[in-house]
Amino acid sequence: MQRIGVFVCHCGSNIAATVDVKRVALAMLSENGVVFADDYQYMCSESGQLKIAQAVKEHNLTGLVICSCSPRMHEATFRKAAEKAGINPYMVEIANIREQCSWIHKDIEQATQKAIILARAAVAKVNLNSPLIAGKSPVKKRALVIGGGIAGIQTALDIADAGFEVDIVEKTPSIGGKMSQLDKTFPTLDCSACILTPKMVDCAAHEKITIFTYSEVENVSGFVGNFTVDIKKKARYVDSAKCTGCGLCQEKCPSKKALSEFNCGLSNRSAIYTPFAQAVPNVPVIDPLQCIKLKTGKCGLCEKVCAANAIDYTQKDEIITREYGAIVVATGFDVINLDNYDEYAYSQSKDVITSLELERIMNAAGPTKGHLERMSDGKAPKNIVFVQCVGSRCADNKGKSYCSKICCMYTAKHAMLIRDKYPDVNVSVFYIDVRTPGKNFDEFYRRAVEEYGVNYIKGQVGKVTPEPDGSLTVHGVDLIDGRQVKISADMVVLAAAIEPNASVRQLATQLTASIDTNNFLTEAHPKLRPVESPTAGVFLSGVCQGPKDIPETVSQAGAAAAKVIGLLAKNELTTNPCTAHSDELLCNGCSACANVCPYGAISYQDKEVNDHGIRETRRIAMVNTALCQGCGACTVTCPSGAMDLNGFSNKQIIAEVDAICR
Amino acid sequence: MALKYSYYPGCTLKNKAKSLDITARKCASALGFELEEIENWQCCGGVYPLGSDEIATKLSSVRALDYAKSKSQKLVTLCSACHHVIKRVNDDMKNVPDTRMRANNYLKLDTPYCGETQVLHYLEVLRDEIGFDNIAKAVKNPLKGVKIGAYYGCMLLRPSKIMEFDNPENPQIMEDFIKALGAQSVIFPYRNECCGGHVALKSPESAQKLSGKVTRSAEGFGADMLITACPLCLYNLNKNSQSDIPVYYFTELLAKALGIDSEE
Repeated sequence: MQRIGVFVCHCGSNIAATVDVKRVALAMLSENGVVFADDYQYMCSESGQLKIAQAVKEHNLTGLVICSCSPRMHEATFRKAAEKAGINPYMVEIANIREQCSWIHKDIEQATQKAIILARAAVAKVNLNSPLIAGKSPVKKRALVIGGGIAGIQTALDIADAGFEVDIVEKTPSIGGKMSQLDKTFPTLDCSACILTPKMVDCAAHEKITIFTYSEVENVSGFVGNFTVDIKKKARYVDSAKCTGCGLCQEKCPSKKALSEFNCGLSNRSAIYTPFAQAVPNVPVIDPLQCIKLKTGKCGLCEKVCAANAIDYTQKDEIITREYGAIVVATGFDVINLDNYDEYAYSQSKDVITSLELERIMNAAGPTKGHLERMSDGKAPKNIVFVQCVGSRCADNKGKSYCSKICCMYTAKHAMLIRDKYPDVNVSVFYIDVRTPGKNFDEFYRRAVEEYGVNYIKGQVGKVTPEPDGSLTVHGVDLIDGRQVKISADMVVLAAAIEPNASVRQLATQLTASIDTNNFLTEAHPKLRPVESPTAGVFLSGVCQGPKDIPETVSQAGAAAAKVIGLLAKNELTTNPCTAHSDELLCNGCSACANVCPYGAISYQDKEVNDHGIRETRRIAMVNTALCQGCGACTVTCPSGAMDLNGFSNKQIIAEVDAICR
Repeated sequence: MALKYSYYPGCTLKNKAKSLDITARKCASALGFELEEIENWQCCGGVYPLGSDEIATKLSSVRALDYAKSKSQKLVTLCSACHHVIKRVNDDMKNVPDTRMRANNYLKLDTPYCGETQVLHYLEVLRDEIGFDNIAKAVKNPLKGVKIGAYYGCMLLRPSKIMEFDNPENPQIMEDFIKALGAQSVIFPYRNECCGGHVALKSPESAQKLSGKVTRSAEGFGADMLITACPLCLYNLNKNSQSDIPVYYFTELLAKALGIDSEE
């Protein structure tokens, strides 16, 4: 028999103004098992907690019911208070009489009745509670960062600087990501490569960081503190240990027709290539779809010219298995496919380009060596039109519903840079709104308008028509003048929306991390836990969580690193004891529970059972308590009632319902 | 057995656009399908009524659609305007309960019509039911070296979610048709823009301006001729665009390529 104490909180006037707290306390005294009941102004305060401790001592209490705010708010507080007072923390139940009662009701009589019912249910549950002991699991002191862009690089550096080992897995041949493709960064206009390259080099040089480029995550198992990850290292056909990065193979390679991914397809590259000059590691890969030797068996020129004997055509994909305590997703973004936007003639004219393509054209290492040229005929453009929000802020399912956030600023940057370098070029920008919140951002945009004379037109573009003379006519609307405008341009730049990298869907499944309808990874709490995934041990860094610019990405990357460091600094983790378990006599091994388990915590074992004297081997569900998050999906799915959840047993829940319906 | 379709010719195909009707029927039998003209069809009205409370002007379409339903046939059209009106009315009958109820109340059919009939444009029959590859095989006089601009106009493509004809910004069906005839298609950006035919009488200047853009763009990109499915576009481009570029119905070229004598 339990000895239960009930504590009713006033929460100032939050509860007491709508619920007659004294009546609630009094009513509880007649409930089964209740030996003490009281009310107090602020139960969560130090003196409130002291009251609880005193009552426990004086009345020899074995269980507590706190009638207060939501358990999300103070369950942990009261569990700690109980533990201090010598009661198992899982003997505490919260009756939420604030969010679910006083805040939403006006009538005192009705609210008081409801509070009494809620408290009664909590008492009924505590009567069936039993002490639970949290387990411990050790922490592997190494982190995995998936994605080697600026987000992944910053996270890895911060974790490594704190003294923990970090692996970066990057699917392309070099780390650097999208930032390495950018020419200048807003609002300071410093050269992107100049600030990124040193960080890439730091990563490569750091004794705590291991970089796996041209590699992908193949499989993830385990749980927070104890992940096991298979990494697929794709065949490079070049021995990284031998290669000196001299570049002779790339010079001599006769297959030079492949489109350069780094230059957005605007230039060609050889079959053996490093994506860009500052690549880390500076070790080329052979593209097997382009290599003459790998396709036909003839050629082998790169092998002949390689003084270091680094070329190895027989290399195979390799799986490396490593263990990690924490995983950071930093998979970044891509520009959307523009197939749905044929009105802008992107597929019909080479002179309609995306902003990322313009970055490459403006870059000294780009396809035009930094000269502003039309991709169709190499002529210098005289009139350039920028179109904002291509695929962003879209009301129907043609594009994305969200704002891509970075386009207003980079378009202002492009417009300003062009006007600065080529003052005789006319630049117009069509926009829906100009959104420039951020330090020194609005000043930057105003400089583009006021000092550099960029022609901003509020309105959207309906169509871009290529003309027989090679020019482009931009048909748009000027909403402020209330008229249609037609601009003859020789180059049109589309600020295409950004979307999460396509690989993120599969990765989210492997990590059991949730994603939203736009494929952005979901954070554990949008305000209070923005860099953690709801799955314990998985953290988010950069645009995979939502559109953001470089400064924001770097901040988030650091925040994710701090969370990882906090986790890796622990030697062991306390596990949640509210996990599921199956009754081996009731379980029929049907797999229904395993099919609904979002955490992959349920497996099956052939086990010998003694069913009332009959000994036989049966297939029985087993719960890995380290993986189980206690969501309860299996307990409601199990057709034979074999699955039960510690702390939320079927019996306890029925008792609560009975108490409510009494 | 030959494929049979309920055929809605529309008024224009009975006088000004006779050749569209005649060549279409002849090509159909050459390609192994039959157009059975709907009995007692009435004018579609030419313009889809946007007023949601407008019922009377939609009834002729519903009668034609219900006729096809009674024959268990798909309904085929040729004229862009008829196709546009009938397809959209059919969508209303399927998806707008109020229009469906009121139209059925007027017509008092044995069983209410609820948008069951599938409406196809003749080009869709060629693409989806016959197949452009089979048409290419049936071609006797390939139109080698002829550069043809496909002029879609506005009514076949939009509203795209209801017409479901092709990508409204970058359509391919007529280009694929041109290629099947052995000719070369010329893509020009005004192929899916309005020619101004609807204001040909009311505002000839506007019609001239709009149709002139279409023909200039087509000529600029090297088209020798234009093809269309729309009698009004053909009329307007010939009369108002101030260009000599010939404009044909697509079925006229199909007949020529198939080696059919299109004279009656």
